[in-house]
This record gives sequence, C-alpha cells and structure tokens, in this order.
Amino acid sequence: MRALLALLFLLLALPAQAANPVGMAEVQLEDPATEARARALMAELRCLTCQNQSIIDSNAPQAQMMRVEVRERISAGEDPDEVRAWFVERYGDWVSFAPPARADTALLWMAPFLFLLLGGLLLMRRIKR
Amino acid sequence: MMTKLFWLLPLLLFAALLALMGGNIGRSPEAVILSHMIGKPVPEFAFGGTAGAEGLSRADLAAGGAPVLVNLFASWCLPCAVEAPQLKALVDRGAIIHGIAVRDTPDDIAAFLDRHGNPFTRIALDEQGRMMLALGASGVPETYVIDGRGIIRFQHLGEIRAEHVPVLLAQLEKAR
Repeated sequence: MRALLALLFLLLALPAQAANPVGMAEVQLEDPATEARARALMAELRCLTCQNQSIIDSNAPQAQMMRVEVRERISAGEDPDEVRAWFVERYGDWVSFAPPARADTALLWMAPFLFLLLGGLLLMRRIKR
Repeated sequence: MMTKLFWLLPLLLFAALLALMGGNIGRSPEAVILSHMIGKPVPEFAFGGTAGAEGLSRADLAAGGAPVLVNLFASWCLPCAVEAPQLKALVDRGAIIHGIAVRDTPDDIAAFLDRHGNPFTRIALDEQGRMMLALGASGVPETYVIDGRGIIRFQHLGEIRAEHVPVLLAQLEKAR
C-alpha cells in the first residue's frame, strides 16, 4: 500500500517538473543574509506582465527572470539601491513600488503630514467650541 | 453657510473619486511600459549563433552600417509564429532583421524556423533571456530599430501585424 502511494505521489510530481521553462534555474542564494536582502528588494519591484504584483509574488516567467537578475546582482555585491536603479533605468519609476523622493513627488511624501495637520486643526476647532 | 459647505466636502471628494473610477471602466488595466532604453546605446552583449546563422553582439550593431531591426523571439512564443509573415514582408521590402532567441534551445529554434520561415540575418541564442531585461522588454515578441551607431531608436511591443510593417519601415528610414 505504502509503495503504491509513493508511486502515485511520484507520478503526480512529474508534470510539475516538465512544466519548468527553458534556462530558468531559480536557486536561492546560499548566504541567508544576502538572500534576505535580495528578497526585500524583490518585494519592491513590480512584475511587468502581471503588473500590480511584486516579482516575489508572481509566477510569471518575466518575474522569474527579474528575480534571477536581482539575486545575481545582489550576490555580486551590488547595493539593493543600485539594483533598483538598474531596473528603473530600463523601465522607469513604474517598476519600483517605492516612489522616488524628488521635487515632483513632494506632495505625495508630504500628504500624510498635511492630512495630520488638517485633522489636528479640525480637532482643535471641536475642542474649542 | 460656509460650515455647511465644508461638511459637503467629503461627499464632493467621494463623487470625484467615483467619476475618476467610472472613467476608467472598460479601459485596459494593462499599462504599456515602453522601454526607457530608447535613445540610449544597446547594452554590451555577445551571443553565439544558432540554426546555421552567425551570432550577434553589440559590436555588430554599432559597426556603422544601415539601421536594422532586432527581433526578440522564442520558439515557445505563439505570437512569434503569428508575426512570421510580417517579418518576411519586412525582409522582402529591404529590411535587415537580426533575431535574439530568448530562453530557447537550438533544436527548438531550428524546428520553429523550419516551420515558419527564417527572416533573420543573424541569430543570437540567449538561453537565459538576459537581453529582455537588458533592453527593457516587457515580453516576447518585441522588435527594436537600432541605428548604425548601436543606438536604440524605436521599440515595437507585441507581434507585428500587417499595419505595423509600414511603421517599422518608416522608423528604419528615420534612423538613417
């Protein structure tokens, strides 16, 4: 019975292997700290074909390619911000979920403080009355 | 009076939000991400050839000749088979097309070209698909106009349909 079950599981495992695309060995980095840094960046890069997913969440081949690129660059000693810049150079700010801090994004970054200020003012008016 | 209007503000904001969302109904949610490499030189690369054709490198593209088309394709890519007649039409009208086969094997490429025709002057075998990210591609197929100095001048996303052939020929002429 056990042998039969084992055989069944083996058969079930076969198609998954066959579906692996060409030239795409995705291996985690050996050093856990480096892998963690690579993963942190992957969570902030946007998949190009599935768009609102990060590349760490996506099964799309293109996301897989981007993960391979990220791991290779991080393990070669590149800083995560450099790797992000490499992707932005090719795909624009769109590819990064973390918006850049620039003059034209100032309103976005200031928005939480502006809303806090507005809320504070409203509260003050309430209390005074 | 002012305060009354003031309390209407959230409602107005909500109405504005609804209008914004309503305006997007029916539009494709897929943003088209053009490569930001247009106007920049092709990154350094060199790949060996396959299917009897010579390979391709950055040096080949920057050798100072006429502008060429570089087509990212793969044997596993269905739209690549769809655009095959248009690639042939482009060659018939004088275009030079180099292929970059991404994430593919020599056998599969040879079979694909046997079946759909081979429009390529050179074919680079990019087993890992590195050129896709290097060029800023969002998928396969994609076609780039590269001028004689190796500068990327134009990007066509997706398969080439009959109506795109004149556009690409015009872009080749413009890149001279």
